[in-house]
Amino acid sequence: MKRRDFMQLAGLSTGAFMLPGISMGKTVSPEALLAPGLDIAVKKRLADAALNAAKAKGATYADVRIGRYLNQFVVTRENKVQNIVNTESYGVGVRVIANGCWGFAAVVDAKNEAQMAKAAEDAVAIAKANAKLMKEPVQLAPQKGFGEVSWKAPIKRNAFEVPIQEKVDLLLSVNNAAMTNGANYVNSVMFQVNEQKYFASTDGSYIDQDIHRIYPQFNVTAIDPKTGKFQTRNALSAPMGMGYDYLKTNPADKISGVTTRYNKGYDMLEDAIAAAQQAKAKLSAKSVEAGKYDLILDPSHLWLTIHESVGHPLELDRVLGYEANFAGTSFATLDKWQSKNFQYGSKEVNLVADKLQEGSLGAVGWDDEGVNTKKWDLVKDGVLVNYQATRDQAHIIGEKESHGCSYADSWSSVQFQRMPNVSLAAGKTPLSVEDMIKDVKKGIYIIGDGSFSIDQQRYNFQFGGQLFYEVKDGKIVGMLNDVAYQSNTQEFWNSCAQICDERDYRLGGSFFDGKGQPSQSSAVSHGSSTTRFNGVNVINTARKI
Amino acid sequence: MSVILTESEAKALLKKVLSYSKADECEINLSGEHRGNLRYARNEVSTSGALINQNLQVQSAFGKKVGVATIDEFSDESLEKVVRRSEELAKLAPENPEYVGVLEPQTYVSSKGFFESTAKANPDTRATAVLKSLELTRGQKLTAAGFLEDQSGYAAMMNSKVLFAYYPCTSVNFSLTVRTEDGTGSGYVAKGYSDISKLDTAAATKIAIQKSLGSVGAKALEPGKYTVILEPTAAAVLLENIFFRMDARSADEGRSFLSKQGGKTKMGEKIMDERVNFYSDPTHPELPASPWAGDGQPLEKKYWIEKGAVKNMYYSRYWAQKNNVKPIPFPNNMIMDGGTATLDEMIKSTKQGILVTKLWYIRTVDPQTLLLTGLTRDGTFYIENGKIKHPIKNFRFNESPVIMLNNLETLGKPERVVSTESDRNYMIPPMKIREFTFSSLSDAV
Repeated sequence: MKRRDFMQLAGLSTGAFMLPGISMGKTVSPEALLAPGLDIAVKKRLADAALNAAKAKGATYADVRIGRYLNQFVVTRENKVQNIVNTESYGVGVRVIANGCWGFAAVVDAKNEAQMAKAAEDAVAIAKANAKLMKEPVQLAPQKGFGEVSWKAPIKRNAFEVPIQEKVDLLLSVNNAAMTNGANYVNSVMFQVNEQKYFASTDGSYIDQDIHRIYPQFNVTAIDPKTGKFQTRNALSAPMGMGYDYLKTNPADKISGVTTRYNKGYDMLEDAIAAAQQAKAKLSAKSVEAGKYDLILDPSHLWLTIHESVGHPLELDRVLGYEANFAGTSFATLDKWQSKNFQYGSKEVNLVADKLQEGSLGAVGWDDEGVNTKKWDLVKDGVLVNYQATRDQAHIIGEKESHGCSYADSWSSVQFQRMPNVSLAAGKTPLSVEDMIKDVKKGIYIIGDGSFSIDQQRYNFQFGGQLFYEVKDGKIVGMLNDVAYQSNTQEFWNSCAQICDERDYRLGGSFFDGKGQPSQSSAVSHGSSTTRFNGVNVINTARKI
Repeated sequence: MSVILTESEAKALLKKVLSYSKADECEINLSGEHRGNLRYARNEVSTSGALINQNLQVQSAFGKKVGVATIDEFSDESLEKVVRRSEELAKLAPENPEYVGVLEPQTYVSSKGFFESTAKANPDTRATAVLKSLELTRGQKLTAAGFLEDQSGYAAMMNSKVLFAYYPCTSVNFSLTVRTEDGTGSGYVAKGYSDISKLDTAAATKIAIQKSLGSVGAKALEPGKYTVILEPTAAAVLLENIFFRMDARSADEGRSFLSKQGGKTKMGEKIMDERVNFYSDPTHPELPASPWAGDGQPLEKKYWIEKGAVKNMYYSRYWAQKNNVKPIPFPNNMIMDGGTATLDEMIKSTKQGILVTKLWYIRTVDPQTLLLTGLTRDGTFYIENGKIKHPIKNFRFNESPVIMLNNLETLGKPERVVSTESDRNYMIPPMKIREFTFSSLSDAV
């Protein structure tokens, strides 16, 4: 599902019309989401039928993904349930290399060997046809087979096992809390995903994986009838690779301060109360004076800046030009990496790719081409040291094996290079947020993600936020409005002055990172501790129409 | 049977589904489509795909209790099951106070959006079209990355008051980015048609090549307010933010750029230059669209902004009933009236300005003023004394399309464009705007 479709479906965008044609397979009963998928022995038999057929037609490599994708949305506004949708999509995608070229074919509802063989044969035929337009054959990094293995997200409470009524009750109580604390309107949504994926390849892997994600979100609006001005505040939740256990309200998961922020447990009700009060307070907050400020960025905000200015430019397919027509290319060209001295950021900056991080959106055991997942450095002590690669890209950067970054958003989509979790390592010296603020003379403390835009090579960006606090002579003195900051990626990361220690480390993330044509969506987390950037250009976004 | 049903086949299938219904009211939406695509990058084909989709959605209602269920395969057993399932869901659902019941039969204007030429497109059609493009870029040592996608399909609906609607349509979108080998120049083109025989990939490729070569050696210009000429591709991504947000309910609720203090809206008020007209028209020959909305409401030519004033907003049937006005469905296309000026004439009449050919990564900064941010991309040029003087480095802008359309100088002839943000097609003229706000420079090419 694309971000725009989700925003419309969930009523979270400002325009309130619904787009038709959101296709996520068929709707099913909530009970059907708990029904077991195909037995693993059947999946293996089906997979072998496809692999054997591909080889018989001349494929030198083949992989099969048997996927069952389950989604549930619960959508409410104020005191109404707007929508409850349960969807299931099941099918198979077969990818092959024949005559040195990739080919892909997918089939819905495949449940017998003949369908599998047909899909494999179609994929080989497409590969052979496309090979005529190819200049260089695919070079696949070697990958050992793992035999029959499995991986399951370490969830404590499967969200699909939670009765819908419990979710409706929570969302309506969240809405009620917002309304009784000053909100004029509130939309809230619970989005839950379960990907049941079986992967098999001619390398001898048969990998069964069970992946869970959850995203509670709301949007509160406060209106000043006298001026006609309105302000909003979104939830400070993060989409997580967790079950319903993310919604537990454990004091240990809360970070107190100017507003409460959340780690591995989200108190949605408490946040809704704060959101309503803060949306109202934003109506009378001071409009920012444009200029240079030191920025103190909370992880609930910084994840998006990391995503756009580090995650995307270090995707190897972008660097090479495969995304030139849509998502763009990258400033982080191979020569900069080869120089071994490209100062991406200050010495404080260590950016790490990590597909293992528990509770993150990107955590899996194996990627969508059977590579076991790992953790590696992208920027070490400020210097660019690596990219994100798949099996057919590893040779380009002299790697002997893939980074495990292959992902497809459906059985019907072809897998390609997608961003792993990319995170800013916590500071090594003990430092709390309070101590960080004490040293700032003229600054803005930003919490929550807002408007975001970056150029196609990832140099120039502009970010907004949810909450802006003015910092003067080491103290928070009040709320600000109309704030956005603009910078250049390299300049920005080189202005990184201080990073709080691991006590403050939290994940943020995106459920809907779009890339490719036709566009595919992936979910990815970005961790950080609160971080200070010196002398960043802040603009005032107030206008009159 | 093909997934693309004829009108009589669709009618027969819908009648069969309706015959299973035991609910107070039932509404069925049916669709089917073929899609094919070819993607290329670094002057080589990278991926290709074909997709067949069909979907049937049943909405059953008992009083105001509503349930919706969908299926993607149409055996008799599945058809009855999906009706039962929607009825079970309806019985379990809480009352939906916004449910207003199904419509009586309607009459629709006729609109031809289906072209055999496009429906017949196959992998060979796509490969041939792309090869014409690749030959040009390979021959000039330029690097091409492009995407061609065609679609043919239909939508149909029927309800328990025997309203029936059917609409077949086809479309093709082609987009291409051409870069110089050293990465210092980049040009773009996007074309959208209902009839694939109108698509000339070679001619389109020449436009992208010209912009790519022309953008080499870009010089930096100080950010600030400039007169700009927006090519239709650049204007579309700004204007669609107005189109998407003309919802009456948001305006009435006080959370729209069309809201005013005291709970009022800007309905009827002049908010832009009086030469600005936005209208929708399903029968537009260049941009045909379905003459009915998803719930069966008829769509006809309708002005949204007329002579710069807010003429209409979208009213859902619920919101219209509540406010005692006529419902106005969201349109299926949007056209902006233009003038007679050609792009060349607009350049010639410009003493000092900037030609913007494409904008990228558009996001709302402030929904109250519709302030948007984004960047120029793939060919931005400085105009001096009526001539393109030299390419310039890309800018970030912060501008509201509402403010922009108050600063209108000249409108050119509308043409069909593809939004690079939403993939939707519109009819948009090139336009000259004064005091467009660029706030910083970008090094991106």
